[in-house]
Amino acid sequence: MSQLLERKVGRKAPLTPWKKNKKQEVFPGVKSLNGRWGHLFVAPFLIMFLVFGLAPVVYSVYISFFRWDPLGGSEFTGLRNFSILLQDSDFWLAIRNTFSIWALSTFPQMFMAIGLAAIMRNTRLKAKSFFRTILLVPNITSVIAITIVFGQLFGRDFGIINGLLSLAGLDHHIDFIEGVIPSHVAIATMITWRWVGYNTLIFLASMLAIPDELFESASVDGASKWQQFRFVTLPQLKNTITFVLIVGTIGGLQVFAEPQQLAADGGSSKQFLTLTLFLFNQAFVNNKYGYAAAIGIMITFIVLIISVINFFITRKISNDGTR
Amino acid sequence: MKNKIPRWHRTSPLSYFFLATITFLSIFPFYWMFVVASNTNAEISKSPPSLIPGGRFLIVAKKVMSAEGVFFNSALLNTFIVGISIAVAQVMFSAVAGFAFAKLDFRGRKSFILFVVGTMMLPSQLGIIPLFMLIKNLHMIDSLLGLIVPALVTAFGVFWMRQIIDAQIPNELLEAASIDGASVPRIFFSIVLPIIRQSSFVLALFAFLAAWNDYLWPTIILQNPHHFTLQVALTQLKPMYGLDYALQMGGAFLATAPLLILFIFVGRRLVSGVMDGAVKG
Repeated sequence: MSQLLERKVGRKAPLTPWKKNKKQEVFPGVKSLNGRWGHLFVAPFLIMFLVFGLAPVVYSVYISFFRWDPLGGSEFTGLRNFSILLQDSDFWLAIRNTFSIWALSTFPQMFMAIGLAAIMRNTRLKAKSFFRTILLVPNITSVIAITIVFGQLFGRDFGIINGLLSLAGLDHHIDFIEGVIPSHVAIATMITWRWVGYNTLIFLASMLAIPDELFESASVDGASKWQQFRFVTLPQLKNTITFVLIVGTIGGLQVFAEPQQLAADGGSSKQFLTLTLFLFNQAFVNNKYGYAAAIGIMITFIVLIISVINFFITRKISNDGTR
Repeated sequence: MKNKIPRWHRTSPLSYFFLATITFLSIFPFYWMFVVASNTNAEISKSPPSLIPGGRFLIVAKKVMSAEGVFFNSALLNTFIVGISIAVAQVMFSAVAGFAFAKLDFRGRKSFILFVVGTMMLPSQLGIIPLFMLIKNLHMIDSLLGLIVPALVTAFGVFWMRQIIDAQIPNELLEAASIDGASVPRIFFSIVLPIIRQSSFVLALFAFLAAWNDYLWPTIILQNPHHFTLQVALTQLKPMYGLDYALQMGGAFLATAPLLILFIFVGRRLVSGVMDGAVKG
């Protein structure tokens, strides 16, 4: 079965949910199946989804307009939570840290994943299935276990990474917890380690969907391997790159366990206080529910803004590429 | 897939070098967990540290399982209960709703599914405070039920099932069954379910892994160490036994080993699941 699935992958359009939605036009429901059953079949899911998925989101918007203390009652304050938030230096620090970690993990990861996928697309590669499986191993591992391991590997005094750096000629040990950028690098490394293989598989799936004929004709026209990659492969990956970037952004804004495990308050100078850690601490340490809800809403705005920017940039790049 | 090997694709030794490197990097942290867990702290702190496993792993494992205030064994059991419940429930709810969204003709079908997919864009921490308040009002704080109930259905699961049923089951088959007089529930149980068995298993695996590795939600609602899941229990090793690296890494290894064993059996299916698309991170 898994072989069958894998073979199918080669032909299937990859990971573009927004395109798949259009497919609904082509496959309407089976007309002869009675419509009444439809509502009954979706009801259990929809009810649970509304209660535990959607209602909390809506209620979150509501309580963000209140000073909401779970012990001391609540008071309507309008947009005050948001105006305090915009003047809160911790909030801006959290934005800086989140974006720094996001950039340090997303771009190297994307670069490596596309490169590895290009290697693995090779039809003559031996032990394909082995490499594909190995790539997924980091992704199934728990964040906490990995934070413990990397915390030790990045240790200031006895960590292997500092050991290797000093072998390479660096004469002082880097403190991967106290330093701003070093701590971001350490957290970004954990994220990259976890996701690079997963993203490689996603890029590989979409590369396998590119017809061989395109490469063949490019090769006949005398295109070098690099040119084939640049002008055949890359433009075809446009949608996948957008998808991986958006999912990566949503994930990047949720980074929580790694910094929390390094130091629950985000570090001595809050050097790795991320947005979600900030939200968690405001809500469940300081009991400021309304304020924390406002942070959640700001995070959502950021996701939406980035998704839109992302969409336009990839569209522009791909238009330039085909011209 | 192809009989002829395309001329424009040659495998260079450099390719294998990169793949060997990534293989090494993917495995090393697990190996290192075991190395640290099986050596004395002195062996690990010397320069250069010991790079090969020592003989103390069983001692450390025993210490982890009996570590005071951590309750590792009950955490293991809790995690299994939560993971399996969520996996089974998600498959059931998703299959029923996914079938309706893929194949049944009812009013509002298209707008419902578009709406559900749209919510996948929202970051999950947006609703987390009201969800906490809701679970508290339902008296499910500090219980496994509080972990299971909010995870019973996901937008992703339904979307995934809809895609699978749409792709794997031809409309003609269902039309024929319906003409033969089969009712909709009958069609679902005797035709649809058997066909999507394999894909359901992959969805169950993803749900199980996500539940096993979840940390944010359990750490919000669990208070009694007897109710902790593995991830939360692991975080207790550091404050209590901060300088004992072997103990911490032993815990990390023991919490990961069941997943690695599972992965040996289902790894290739997970790869197919990821590559088949529509898997949201």
